[in-house]
Amino acid sequence: MEWIRSLMLPLQGSEFAKEVDSLYMFIFWLSVVLFIGITIATLYFAWAFRFKPGRRTEHIAHNATLELAWTIIPLFIVIGIFFWGVNGYTKYAVAPGDAFQVQVVGKKWLWQFEYPDGSRYVNEIHLPVGKPVQFIMTSEDVLHDFFIPTMRVKHDVVPGRYTSVWFTPAVAGNHHVACAEYCGKGHSDMAAKIVVESQAAYELWVKEGPADLNRPPVEVGRDQYEAKGCNTCHSIDGTRGQGPSWKGIWGQKHKMKDGSEILVDENYVRESILNPQAHILEGYEAIMPAFQGLLREKELAGLIAYIKSLQ
Amino acid sequence: MGHVVSAPGKTAAESPRPQKNYLNEQSGLWSWLTTVDHKRIGIMYLIGIAIAFLLGGLMALLVRLTLLTPDHKIFGSSTPILSAEAYNQVFTLHGAIMVFLFIIPSVPAALGNFVLPLMLGAKDVAFPRLNLVSWYIYVIGAIMAVASILLGGIDTGWTFYTPYSTTTGGAVTLMTMAAFVLGFSSIFTGINFIATVHKLRAPGMGWFQMPLFVWGIYSTAIIQVLATPVLGITLVLLALERVFNVGIFDARLGGDPVLFQHFFWFYSHPAVYIMILPGMAIISELMPTFSRKTIFGYRAIAFSSIAIALISFIVWGHHMFVSGQSQMASVIFSFLTFLVAIPSGIKVLNWVATMYKGNVSLEAPMLYAISFLLLFSIGGLTGLFLGALSTDVHLTDTYFIVAHFHYVMMGGTVIAFIGGLHYWWPKMTGRMYNEFWAKVACALTFIGFNMTFLTQFFLGSQGMPRRYYNYLDQFQPLHAFSTFGSWVLGLGLFITAGCLLASLRKPYDAPDNPWGGTTLEWATQSPPITHNFEGQPVLEREPYDYRPVGAKVGH
Ligand code: HEC
Ligand SMILES: [Cu+2]
Ligand SMILES: [Cu+2]
Repeated sequence: MEWIRSLMLPLQGSEFAKEVDSLYMFIFWLSVVLFIGITIATLYFAWAFRFKPGRRTEHIAHNATLELAWTIIPLFIVIGIFFWGVNGYTKYAVAPGDAFQVQVVGKKWLWQFEYPDGSRYVNEIHLPVGKPVQFIMTSEDVLHDFFIPTMRVKHDVVPGRYTSVWFTPAVAGNHHVACAEYCGKGHSDMAAKIVVESQAAYELWVKEGPADLNRPPVEVGRDQYEAKGCNTCHSIDGTRGQGPSWKGIWGQKHKMKDGSEILVDENYVRESILNPQAHILEGYEAIMPAFQGLLREKELAGLIAYIKSLQ
Repeated sequence: MGHVVSAPGKTAAESPRPQKNYLNEQSGLWSWLTTVDHKRIGIMYLIGIAIAFLLGGLMALLVRLTLLTPDHKIFGSSTPILSAEAYNQVFTLHGAIMVFLFIIPSVPAALGNFVLPLMLGAKDVAFPRLNLVSWYIYVIGAIMAVASILLGGIDTGWTFYTPYSTTTGGAVTLMTMAAFVLGFSSIFTGINFIATVHKLRAPGMGWFQMPLFVWGIYSTAIIQVLATPVLGITLVLLALERVFNVGIFDARLGGDPVLFQHFFWFYSHPAVYIMILPGMAIISELMPTFSRKTIFGYRAIAFSSIAIALISFIVWGHHMFVSGQSQMASVIFSFLTFLVAIPSGIKVLNWVATMYKGNVSLEAPMLYAISFLLLFSIGGLTGLFLGALSTDVHLTDTYFIVAHFHYVMMGGTVIAFIGGLHYWWPKMTGRMYNEFWAKVACALTFIGFNMTFLTQFFLGSQGMPRRYYNYLDQFQPLHAFSTFGSWVLGLGLFITAGCLLASLRKPYDAPDNPWGGTTLEWATQSPPITHNFEGQPVLEREPYDYRPVGAKVGH
């Protein structure tokens, strides 16, 4: 039966996922049985009592016993399902007191994470296997929804208030985070990656940041371009998006909203990334999120080198 | 089969081909635009919703086509079929048009308008002029909705969730005002039907001698009148926030975005029943007629309609289990939701039981009724996954939801509507449609529908969120299959339309009672005269009584 489950449901990344799946499969089999029952009855009656001219039909207006039975029995079944659902929901709703707490901010269209030690990540985090983790979430703009299919958890991320989800990752590997509340153009690209790994690998990651930061800056920058979500607004092939394309901008003079002209160089690009509100490019909205505190020095240098390389 | 009524003047069976009827008694566009005849108004609604269905359907095909491949391109084209922005607009309009311009008015305003007074043995609805006003309001609302497409479009989703809807560009204010105006059309129709049912029943027709279609439309009308004002107020608040920055829903202005969802679903959950009860009402007519046997459990079906109407007001929170509403509220809403499942389940079993020991013929309307039974069962059973809290957490806001509500709204209401349209087509137009093509179309629709939407239960369970322009490559096979299904479905619906329209070129050839129905609309000529009946019909037997005349009557 496991293969039928895996046909419908993704990998079970946590104990909670198994709990959800057991109820899912119960309702599934119940539905299959009821549906087949209704189908067979319908088709059989249509065939057995098919039209014959002049056939007299019986006048069966109701049958109290039968009707009572098919009211009461389903009532008990659905009440059973209700309690089963509440049972799982209680586990989902109440996080253990010692859970590792990660702050999450959702904004158009990226996920920003902050660990208790103050370090920040965008769209990718690592977690140790087997330790309960709780995400405390809020939004900077519109509604989003933090959805991890493999963990079977999901919760809206609401501006002006905090919501949370928690789980205990049980399976090492990459787990996909999707935004499940419609939030506009980049809604379907608002994804993050949770890498669940052994305690040792996790600690190394915390200390050093991703090991591949020691590659040539342009390569680091190319990865950061996608990892930090710059690609949702900036193209590298000259097409205009929410933001300007990066192709061939290096060394140009750019006109700002306030009328001034600025040369695109190290300093300008650096400032544009860390504090984009300082200068707004003419013809664009001030919608770029500030990346101050969200980039390691090597990542920032990589991005600058990458933009420079796009001639 | 027994005579149900005594219609003074002529017997139902062999009336001469109608010379004079509501269609030809007056002619010219003006006579239609100023008519207060419920039958003509019903036809005018039918035309309106058919256009809306065509528009909304083409948009659905476009959405599916865009999702055929992950890069949204087909046949090696260099540009995507729709850009992300355009995609968001198209699925929003598909939803808004289908809900507000098509499904909500489909059965009540189009078929209900035509059939309800006939079934009651009345000359017209209680307030004929108000009825015409409702139609004009519908048209004005529809024009506003279409104008908002041209004036910038909207990309909020049909649910208009704040703060996205108060901050995004486009013609959101105009579209919400369109829905606001359409609401009045719905309310007026509801009031009209309630008064008609209370006041204009034929002599001899007590509440429990009313056809079940009337019970269904009556329950719907109650919801329309009570729930629609809440939507109106909500949309006005939304417009106030958008235009004047009054902080009601936007957290930055001191409002609460979750409040909007409460208001919205306080209307829109009952609206789900505004959409499905009329569908059920049609099935309650089709089942006994084509089984030539009385309906099983008349009272259970009638009372369950009312029960559904009432309970539907207290389950709205099941749309919000992961929205941030209190967990206690979620638990209570989950419980109440399971309660509302029971009356719907009862109805399905009653309809199946009606066929038992019947004399069942499978003309197109009955094929639609059977399709309904199967599709609606799937829609209802998958609702169990969503009513239960822990499974809903995983499934909500995914394609599972999309599949579930299409099984209920389209597999349920729309299939019932098309079934009802075939059933009453001879009465409305005086022509029989081509049975062969109608059956082919029904089969294609059924197959295409399941290809399109059964797939989406799998997509959703695997974690594919809804309203996604881009998707992970792993989902492509299922998306592609769903898109192929949409073509089969589209073909089925086009054949249906062609088959019905083609019949209009024939001369009148429909008998007064082609299906052997027992309700009063079959006791007048096809198409009826302007005043429906010659003289006041009197109900002598209960509806769905197929015992020979002279046998003991009464339940
Ligand atoms: C939400 C969309 C968005 C995202 C995400 C985004 N930007 Fe921007 N970016 C803009 C817009 C709009 C502008 C132009 C307006 C302005 O100057 O702020 C801009 C301007 C810039 C500029 C100045 C370009 C010029 O031609 O003058 C740079 C450099 C830049 N962004 C880098 C980045 C980097 C690096 C990232 C990822 C770490 C990023 N942006 C992410 C929207 C975005
Ligand atoms: Cu989103
Ligand atoms: Cu609902």
